[in-house]
Amino acid sequence: MSTLTDPPKPAFRLSQLIYDTRYRSITIQVVALILILAALYWLVNNTLDNLARLGKDFNYGFLSNPAGYDINQRLIEYNNQMSHGRAALVGILNTLLVAFLGCVTATVLGVIAGVLRLSKNWVVNKLMAVYVEGFRNVPLLLWIILIFAIMTESMPQPREFRGEEATQSMLLGDNVAITNRGIWIPRLAFTNSISGNEAVAPVEDAVPVASGAADWLLILGVLAASLIAIRFVRRRADRIQEATGDRPKTWYIQLGLLIVPVGIVFVILGLTIVSPYLRGFNFAEGIHLRNSLIALWIALSLYTGAFIAEIVRAGILAVSKGQTEAAFALGLQPARTMNLVVLPQAMRVIIPPLISQFLNLTKNSSLAIAVGYMDVRATLGGITINQTGRELEGMLLLGAFYLTLSLIISGAMNFYNTRTQLKER
Amino acid sequence: MSDTHAHSASYVRDKMLPEQAPPVTQVGAIKWLRENLFAGPLNSILTLISIYIVYWVVIHIGPWIMNGIWEADNLNGCRAIRNEIYGEGVPAACFAVLTDRWHQLVFGYYPSALYWRPILALLLFGGGLAPILFPNLPRRLYILSASAPLLCIWLLWGGSIWMPISVAVGFFVGYAAFKYLTPVVGSLGGTIAAVLLPILYWLLLAGPLAGGLQDVLPLGIQAVQSRAFGGFLLALVIGLAAIVLSLPLGILLALGRQSDLFIIKTSCVIFIEVIRGVPLIVWLLTAQTLLNYFLPPGTNFDLMLRVIIMVTLFASAYIAEVIRGGLAALPKGQYEAADALGLDYWKAMQLIILPQALKISIPGIVNTFIGLFKDTTLVLFIGLLDSLGVANAIRSTTDWNGIYWELFLFIGVMFFISCFSMGRYSLYLEKKLQREHR
Repeated sequence: MSTLTDPPKPAFRLSQLIYDTRYRSITIQVVALILILAALYWLVNNTLDNLARLGKDFNYGFLSNPAGYDINQRLIEYNNQMSHGRAALVGILNTLLVAFLGCVTATVLGVIAGVLRLSKNWVVNKLMAVYVEGFRNVPLLLWIILIFAIMTESMPQPREFRGEEATQSMLLGDNVAITNRGIWIPRLAFTNSISGNEAVAPVEDAVPVASGAADWLLILGVLAASLIAIRFVRRRADRIQEATGDRPKTWYIQLGLLIVPVGIVFVILGLTIVSPYLRGFNFAEGIHLRNSLIALWIALSLYTGAFIAEIVRAGILAVSKGQTEAAFALGLQPARTMNLVVLPQAMRVIIPPLISQFLNLTKNSSLAIAVGYMDVRATLGGITINQTGRELEGMLLLGAFYLTLSLIISGAMNFYNTRTQLKER
Repeated sequence: MSDTHAHSASYVRDKMLPEQAPPVTQVGAIKWLRENLFAGPLNSILTLISIYIVYWVVIHIGPWIMNGIWEADNLNGCRAIRNEIYGEGVPAACFAVLTDRWHQLVFGYYPSALYWRPILALLLFGGGLAPILFPNLPRRLYILSASAPLLCIWLLWGGSIWMPISVAVGFFVGYAAFKYLTPVVGSLGGTIAAVLLPILYWLLLAGPLAGGLQDVLPLGIQAVQSRAFGGFLLALVIGLAAIVLSLPLGILLALGRQSDLFIIKTSCVIFIEVIRGVPLIVWLLTAQTLLNYFLPPGTNFDLMLRVIIMVTLFASAYIAEVIRGGLAALPKGQYEAADALGLDYWKAMQLIILPQALKISIPGIVNTFIGLFKDTTLVLFIGLLDSLGVANAIRSTTDWNGIYWELFLFIGVMFFISCFSMGRYSLYLEKKLQREHR
């Protein structure tokens, strides 16, 4: 609408609202706004009508009432006298736990499978293709139910481990027991715990991550300090390399910095491994991973791993061969070529879809409903709703939880994307 | 080599040696093995591990499948036959459950005398799809595409023939309104009339019209309740309905999200992000428990329809994101060229932008459809009997109590075949379109 000479401004006519593109957009938006508001009003009005008709009100007071139900897997202290809000928190932590475990194993699996699928080895290549296609094309729900059925139907009962002529034995030097009631693994305890000696006391049924929290914090702190020290060592090596052209050997210093301080802390705290053992009809001590957790974890990892494998493969293929050759021509070692040239470029392609796979995995963890894993859908969106009759409030809260989680993750992804975007000039 | 000139050498070969066969390690199977399987220590270890995995799987599952028993009345019968033929404890699959109950896994509780109807509907759907997938077919076949949806619905649910006909009349009402009112009230008025008149007709006239015609001339086929749908049929009906409905909705949402109009853009972004941020299972539970809160008191409609609506909305948000990627990938010059030609927004989208953007986003769209199809298994949790639900029902009968793997295998294979072939079709399409660009 650029004009060389300003024409005399005609008076505004009503028909311009429809026929003039300058004003039409306003008309369209106003009409759309009215329609959307009308629809919202209709929904809210209906909801209020229905609530009034059912004699219900809308409030979140029920969250502080005692829940009255037990949760079989809890990362924080919880019993049935605690509030619905606390139960929801336990569920949220369980969701985050399985999502975290799943993301870690799915990434490991996916990277391995993606790299191996590019291998020239025919057998390995085809095996990985079968894995990827097999898992991508069958519903996740089927995998979860299948693995749960394998765990409950095909694994030995705890009593088969008993006595002189036991038909089953524990794995890895009597440390891991795989039974049809779940898997028992050893747990770490500290005899000289800085938070008192309670951490060694037997913990029934729970995954006792929270016990000895102070000790783990200390270890994490030491580990962080070691990593910072390693960074300094690397910086120094870089400086020397830039000044003299020779890079001093630092790998043994780095390794030592990583292992020795943490090892010393472990010794001071008196780290012991508490193995599970058969007591009565079941195993005691150690960490009990329930079948529901195992089935959900394995199925989510294998399923998402297949998708990640394809992402990794595409990412590696996206870096053109010329880049590697150019790096070699510059005289870079293969390892540094990988670190400085190939990976940074492949990562730009890999990371965004990878994060959206993590997001999918987190949302898919709501399929816990199939195996009775007590995630947030089961506590807040299941038992709490059934007991209090607060469907509207409960589902809204549940939706808000998932929405917040995915907005945080996609926000992080956008941040990463803008930072690593190719600067086009 | 410089000191071995011909004249100083004591011996010079003066005739050609016969050609020798290459070393055995450099030809045929051995060369292939050396290059592909044992190219280095790591490679050899990987090969051995892979071969061991394959071997382990084969010896554990192979006999079980090969010994499979296809004819028996129940699980105990299966076991008796197995003990007789192979001996006790030998692994043998009891595929008799599939021979006995395959129709339930595929059709659910649809009346068995009427199995031809879903099959015919599927064929019709395929026929309707053909002119869209293969553009060189005669254009007359578009009539089939246009009439297939209503015919499929009628075939699946049955009932009076007059209902689909009177619904179809609504489209003609809209078309007629657009054609005859546009010269009178302008294109905007014509469009509004073409939208409003059919809606009024469907709300007020279609029902009584169909009822009246049915009274005058009762024509129809046996009605089937939504409850009877199950198994793979249910997944197909929900999946295909949601695919057909979510594509146009997804395109509109994507256009809305790219739009300059602030309010339209914001509402599309909110819709897409909210739908994508929450798992499908939560939406399905919402459809089951909460929909009654949002609708006027006393409304109650079919659970299956609710599921189709929810799955459609869910898939459309994902498709919108895929198409947005396609729109963003188009060079800006295309938009500017369309503007320079003086095309208005809809013409520009229809003739220039969308054909290219959709082409780019085809792989993503097909992947969304595959995901959607797999997600139809989630309806199990709100009480619809999809194939996993039917499997549970079969397992809870006295005949087949305790049978797991055979049913899972069957369901898995069915899903694998459909999803894998969809994926291959998208790869084929991708390659074909790439070639066209060259």
